[in-house]
Amino acid sequence: MTISASFKKRLKYFELDISFSCPSENMMVMIGPSGGGKTTIIRILAGLDTPDEGKIIFGDDIWFDSAMRINVSPQKRRLGYVFQDYTLFPHLTMYENAAFAAVNKKEVYELFELFKIGHLRNRKPHRVSGGERQRCAICQTLARHPRLLLLDEPFSALDTITRRGLREELKNLKGSLSFPIIYVTHDINEALFLADEILPVVDGKNDDGWMQRMITREPSDALSARAAREPRLALVY
Amino acid sequence: MDYLALYVTLKLALVTTIFLMLMAAPIAYVLAYLRFPGKSLLEAFIYLPMALPPTAIGFYLLIVMGPKGFAGKAWGFFTGDSLLFTFIGITIASIIYSIPFAVQPMKAAFAKIDRRLLDAAYVLGLSKRSAFLRVIIPNSLGGIAAAAILVFLHSIGAFGVLLMVGGSIPGETKVASIAIYEAVETMNYRAAGMIALSFIPISYVFLLLINKLNKDSNI
Repeated sequence: MTISASFKKRLKYFELDISFSCPSENMMVMIGPSGGGKTTIIRILAGLDTPDEGKIIFGDDIWFDSAMRINVSPQKRRLGYVFQDYTLFPHLTMYENAAFAAVNKKEVYELFELFKIGHLRNRKPHRVSGGERQRCAICQTLARHPRLLLLDEPFSALDTITRRGLREELKNLKGSLSFPIIYVTHDINEALFLADEILPVVDGKNDDGWMQRMITREPSDALSARAAREPRLALVY
Repeated sequence: MDYLALYVTLKLALVTTIFLMLMAAPIAYVLAYLRFPGKSLLEAFIYLPMALPPTAIGFYLLIVMGPKGFAGKAWGFFTGDSLLFTFIGITIASIIYSIPFAVQPMKAAFAKIDRRLLDAAYVLGLSKRSAFLRVIIPNSLGGIAAAAILVFLHSIGAFGVLLMVGGSIPGETKVASIAIYEAVETMNYRAAGMIALSFIPISYVFLLLINKLNKDSNI
């Protein structure tokens, strides 16, 4: 199964105009400066925002086609979406959250063991750490057996050490997942570590030269260029 | 002491609260989440009973629910009865009188819910209706309870509206606030004092409850 998308949407400061495709068992990392439209692209793929024109096709299914007036609702796209910060349901325990839309409730226990949060299953989300919440959010998503996984800066609100740990767990997990994964970040090191394929997005458009410019000649600011060039500094930034 | 009037009051307040909570939830949902032209006009209209003198509301209800009004005519056509001076009549009046007190706290509670929680629910496959029942309602219990208590207390205190459409029929439309008024009119201060006194602990306990709910939901 391959997700292919090509669409335009007029935003406040620029026009989103992008096309890409990502096959199964592939992780595409979307990278670029904040406010460049990455989250909007993810929301459009999820069906939470509507593009002005274009097409989104998943395998044989048309999710969106402006010419044919097709727009499949987010409920019917059956995808996994892990948000930037915690969108676990505050009134449910960790287990109830993960089992919220689970295909098979038994799997939730296995996922909890895999992500090492089994001992927290009866806690409410506000009683656990940020890293544990994001682990639970990933369990919630995987338990639904998604056809496509969208991760929108899932670890960016976490401290550096936790972030690195989760990054590695995700990389290890990737081999066992059979669907396409789209991962959003603004961290170059993270992109290089995780990606099978990198899609730089600047002001709503694909800009393949962006990474190189960031690392070499024309950094947007001196600090981020240094952080990109010297991996140890990335611990600080 | 006029226990019958107290009983009618509590029955009226309870029935009003139950019906109004069911009616106000969808209205509050529409006001909190949907955008459409004329929304602020509609919202102001819904809150109007809060700003009008109760006797003015009662006057219009009297006209509408009277034998020549459309509600009174329709009711008469289907049941052969009058809507005025009946328990059902004062229940309708009491519901209209208290609508703002149900809608406003519920709308505030619904609007406070993070929109991303709803996005997450939709992506997880929940329809708008299930998201309302499984996400919005459980996360606004504080606001819903506050609305219920406010409505209950406000209906206990209703006087002008009820007097206009219900009059004072013992066991049917004579509520405690009207009983107090009548007792004073007949110089029976002792009876008036007894009923008045019985309100204080009821209202006080419910207000304490509201305070506690507000504190809990602010954490």
